[in-house]
Formats: sequence, structure tokens, C-alpha cells
Amino acid sequence: MTEKIIEVKDLQKWFPIRRSISQFFKGEHNYVKAVDGISFSINRGEIFGLVGESGCGKTTTGKLIMKLLEPTEGTMFLNGEDVTHIEKDELKRYRRNVQMIFQDPYASMNPRFKIRDVMEEPLIIHKLGEDRDARMKMIEKALMEVKLNPPDEFLVRYPHMLSGGQRQRAATARTLLLNPELLVADEPVSMIDLSTRAEILHMMKEVQRDLGLTYLYITHDLSTARYFTDRIAVMYLGKIIEIGDPDDVIDNPVHPYTRALIAAVCEPVAGKVNKPKVVPIKGEIPSAANIPKGCRFHPRCPYAKEECWEKEEPQLQEIEDGHFHACRRWKEVVEEAGRG
Amino acid sequence: MDNILTVDNLKLYYYTSKGVVKAVDDISFSLKKGETLGLVGESGCGKTTTGFALLKMPTPPGKIAGGKIVIDGIDMTPLRENEMRRNIRWEKISMVFQGAMNTLTPVYTIGKQMMETLQEHREMEREEARKRIEKYLNLVGLSGDMVKRYPHELSGGMKQRIAIATALFLEPKVIICDEPTTALDVIVQAQIINLLKDLKEKLDLSFIFITHDLATEAEVSDRIAVMYAGKIVEIGTNQQIYGEQGPCHPYTRNLLAATPRLHAKVSELSFIPGAPPDLLEPPSGCRFHPRCALAMDKCREEEPPLIEIEEEHMVACWRCEKR
Repeated sequence: MTEKIIEVKDLQKWFPIRRSISQFFKGEHNYVKAVDGISFSINRGEIFGLVGESGCGKTTTGKLIMKLLEPTEGTMFLNGEDVTHIEKDELKRYRRNVQMIFQDPYASMNPRFKIRDVMEEPLIIHKLGEDRDARMKMIEKALMEVKLNPPDEFLVRYPHMLSGGQRQRAATARTLLLNPELLVADEPVSMIDLSTRAEILHMMKEVQRDLGLTYLYITHDLSTARYFTDRIAVMYLGKIIEIGDPDDVIDNPVHPYTRALIAAVCEPVAGKVNKPKVVPIKGEIPSAANIPKGCRFHPRCPYAKEECWEKEEPQLQEIEDGHFHACRRWKEVVEEAGRG
Repeated sequence: MDNILTVDNLKLYYYTSKGVVKAVDDISFSLKKGETLGLVGESGCGKTTTGFALLKMPTPPGKIAGGKIVIDGIDMTPLRENEMRRNIRWEKISMVFQGAMNTLTPVYTIGKQMMETLQEHREMEREEARKRIEKYLNLVGLSGDMVKRYPHELSGGMKQRIAIATALFLEPKVIICDEPTTALDVIVQAQIINLLKDLKEKLDLSFIFITHDLATEAEVSDRIAVMYAGKIVEIGTNQQIYGEQGPCHPYTRNLLAATPRLHAKVSELSFIPGAPPDLLEPPSGCRFHPRCALAMDKCREEEPPLIEIEEEHMVACWRCEKR
């Protein structure tokens, strides 16, 4: 039986926004529903991908898992322990277990610190290593793990002297210092050149295998998600609408939104120039402050029928082993569009 | 087909305090009427600099150090700045800059900003100008009442459409698009790509499409030029680059192999080891040799010329033979 490292249930994050005078007196509120009730769990040693367009709530989910934000509703468990509302010492311990790799390797390091200072800081904060020598040993070991060789050459450099790929390696090494169990990686390669992108993902996978880590990989890029992850969840407007094995989700998508996302991806093959790209979706993503009734995807869905906006919102249902989707008319969709 | 743009031995150097950076070093290519030419390469390979060179507006300390650019029968080389501004830029060739959608002023309406551009170049009645703005907004798939909106009211895709409309305004023949889809979501990306394909057909435009992404290039470009360290290393048609036989230059091959494919199940993605060279001191011989698995002695010593290996397919590599 695989062990769940983190589990979230009906997690919500609503941000209050401006309301009118009459709403104020009636005690009504307006919210941006960034994350609107999601449930999933990540198994130990798994790479879990969270995919979606900007504004779908994937980064907010990452921040909730990092406990940088307090959830509005719902519960979170780390190793079976309720961590929804924890404070101070507990929170500090939690943050050691759950670390983050940020999107922008240029902004996540203090430009006035040398790499050794950048790396030493978390050790000082968490009171690890007796003295400077012990700490430097730990840092060197972490740098070796991410293949920044030889480590002493990198220790004395400033962040601007490193390439984007090297910085993202150093950022990964910094998180490894604290021996985390779960790493939240928010678009770790989207700012890195294509030629080195694969190298970074490869390194992250190697580290994960060697140290038995678990990743939550947040991205908008389905192609790298397929290669990198063990399971992916597709988010739309604050909800997970499809979840499953990457091969199942990408080769046999069920939800019309997943289908549109896949159709929109460019592929390096001949014979597509001067032909319009067919993407079965209408309009633009609505505001999370004003989520459509019924199925939240219905205004953009080419397959939507009355039941989609009149009946209540569809819940995730299992179609085959471990492959879930939230589409009421999935049988018709699959029939009309053909599988795969 | 006629060439709308020909570039011969173009050089753009940055004269920095540390030395001369040869960002664009002796490149030649041509653009046919109604064609899209893709310019691909890693960051720092000189693709954006090439775009700026074509407008004759290098960013200081850059200077055009040589070469000839002919657009629509006009030799741009001897033209002075004010002539460039009056007769060439935006009239013959325009550019959608990287991140152009973020350059709109937040305090003016879209209409006012577009009007400003138009009145700078053309003496035009307000009413006529307004009509033209509306026409171009419609052309890029936006409604005419967009003129009353402020940039913050628009989505990224809409702003990119505005940037494209502004580039089209004065009816240029050639449009340079620098990473027009990079910061956008996949679905919006696909919509913008469709828009560019549609405009190309409707207005008989020619495009230079600059991006780092070979996958996007496959969708939009009739021909693709691959740049490495300031040089063009391979030019070929869409079929020659993406077809079965594939490209010839090891760099293009590696870059293509590093491009993730959605529908191919791969357990390992390949990558190119090392980093692009420092252009202050480019490597001797072929500039790619330090990262190339096929490098031999000749590659280290002599620079390979760009030669034709089959019709329309040019490669600069000692290892490539005629097909």
C-alpha cells in the first residue's frame, strides 16, 4: 500500500475583494475564488503534476501547500497529521519538511550574497550544523548532489555569475539542505533555455530518485509534465477537472478542457504551416470572481448542453483505474470527438 | 517568387568596455513575398539583435558594422536616421517587440495610444484615423469599442492583438515578431498563431518570426533559420527541418531532440551539454565545436562556410554532406 505524504480535502482559498455599499449593509461579500474546493493526495516518492493556464489557481494551491497562505476552508494532512492550522514551532518544523523551488532563479537569491551565504542562511535559521565548517560540509554535499562540481568553485560566486540552469541547481541544493520530504516546484524550468531545460528536469528526477523525495510540480506545460510526472491533475478556474496517469490523460483525455489544452500544444513536426490550428474552445477564461453556474467550463465548452448549466456542478468520477474527470456529458464528448 | 527583403553579410557589433561583442556576425538571408521565415536559437544567439538590425536601430553600444539590407527594392544601407523613420520603419517593415503587450501605457486608453502612433506618421483627419483604428482592431479580432478601454481591462491575449494591430497600421510589407507567444497561455498562444496565419493570407504579408521554441516555429514558418552564437548555422524549409530526414547541423539536431513532444512517450529527454560561448571570445573554427559530439580537428581550426546541401537547404558544418 502506498503511503500518502500529503492529503488535502475540499481545500478552498477565497480572497475578499471590494463590495458595494448595499452589499456592505446586507453583510454580503465578494470573493475571488482562486482555489474552490480541491481534493487530492500525493504518495511518497511520487511526482505529482498540477497543470493549468494562468489564473487557474495552481500557484495558489502551491502556496497553500507551502503554508504561505491560510486556507479559507478544508483540511490538509502531512503524514496523516492535521496541519490545516498550525503556528510557530510547528509551522517551522512543517516548512523544513516542505520546501519550495521558485520559478525565477534570478529573483529567488539575494544578489549581494555569495552562493555559500545564500545556502547557509536556511541552516542558520533552522539551527542546523554546529559551526561554520560543519555547515560548509553540508552545503558542499548538497551542491555535489545537484552536480555543481567542484563545489568550492561555486561557493564563492555571486548569483549573477551563474547561468540560469546553474542557479536553478543551486536553488534545488538549497532546499535539499533541510532534508525535506516534499518539494513544491512552481514552474522551475519555464525561465530556462530550452536546451538546458531537459538537463534541469533530469537532475531533479535524479535527486528525487536518490533521496526518495516527493514533488509537487506546478506547470502550464503539458509536454514537460508528461515526461516528468507520475500523475497529473488538470485545473480550471480553481477546480481539478481531470486527474490520472499522464499517458492516460494526454492520449485519452476525457474532459473537453483537457482536450482543448492538448490540441493547443505546438509540436515540432512538419506539415502544419499555413493551416489553421483547431482548438475546440470558445472565448477567454472568465474571472475567478464570477464563476459560471453549473459546470464552470460550460460557457467555453463546444459540447455544452442545458444540463451542463442547469444541473449542479459535476464532481470527479472515475472512468478507468485512477483516471478521474468532472464532465457530465463525457460519453457524448468521447463519442463526438473520438478517443485520443 | 520575388524577394521582399534581402540581407547580405549583416554585422552588428556591441562595442563594450570589455571589447567587441559580435552579436550578429556576417549573416545573409532573404525573405520571399508572402513567406514566414523563422529565426530560432538559444537566448543570446543574436536573434533579437538581428531583428533590431533590420530596423537599423541597434541598442547602444551596438552599431551596425557592415552589410547590406534591401527591402522592397530600397537599399537601406545609406539611409539616414530621419529617412529611416519617415519612409522605412513601420511603413515598410515593423516589429512586434518581445513583451510588446506590456509596453502599453496604463494611464491612456487604447484608442488614444493607437491614435498617437498614427498621427505621428500620417496627416489624417481624426475621423479617418478613428476609422482606420477600428478597421485594424477588427482585423485582429477585436471589437471597435476596445478604443475606450484601458490596458488593465484587457487580457494578455487582447494586449498582444493590440500590439500586432499597431504594427500593421501603416501597411508595412514585412513584420518582425519577436517571441509573440512566449508569455501567453497555450490556448491563447494557439489563437495568436492562428491570427498571424490569417493575417498573412489576408494582407499578403511577409513575417520574420523570432522564437527559441522549435515547436512553435514548426506551426508558423515556411522556412527556418537556426542561429548559434551570432551566426546562421542552418537554413531550410519546414519540410527539410521537421520532415523525416530531419536537419543536418548537429546543433539543430540536438535542439530538436531537446524539444519536448506531447505525443511521444519518452523516458529521457536529451539536452545539449555546456552553455553557449562568450561572444567576447568566440571559440576558434566552428563556434559549436566545444558542445558538439561530432567535432573533429578540422572543426576546431577552420570555420565552416554556409553551403547548399540540397535545394534551399544550407548548412554550415564540416560533417554535412550533399544530399
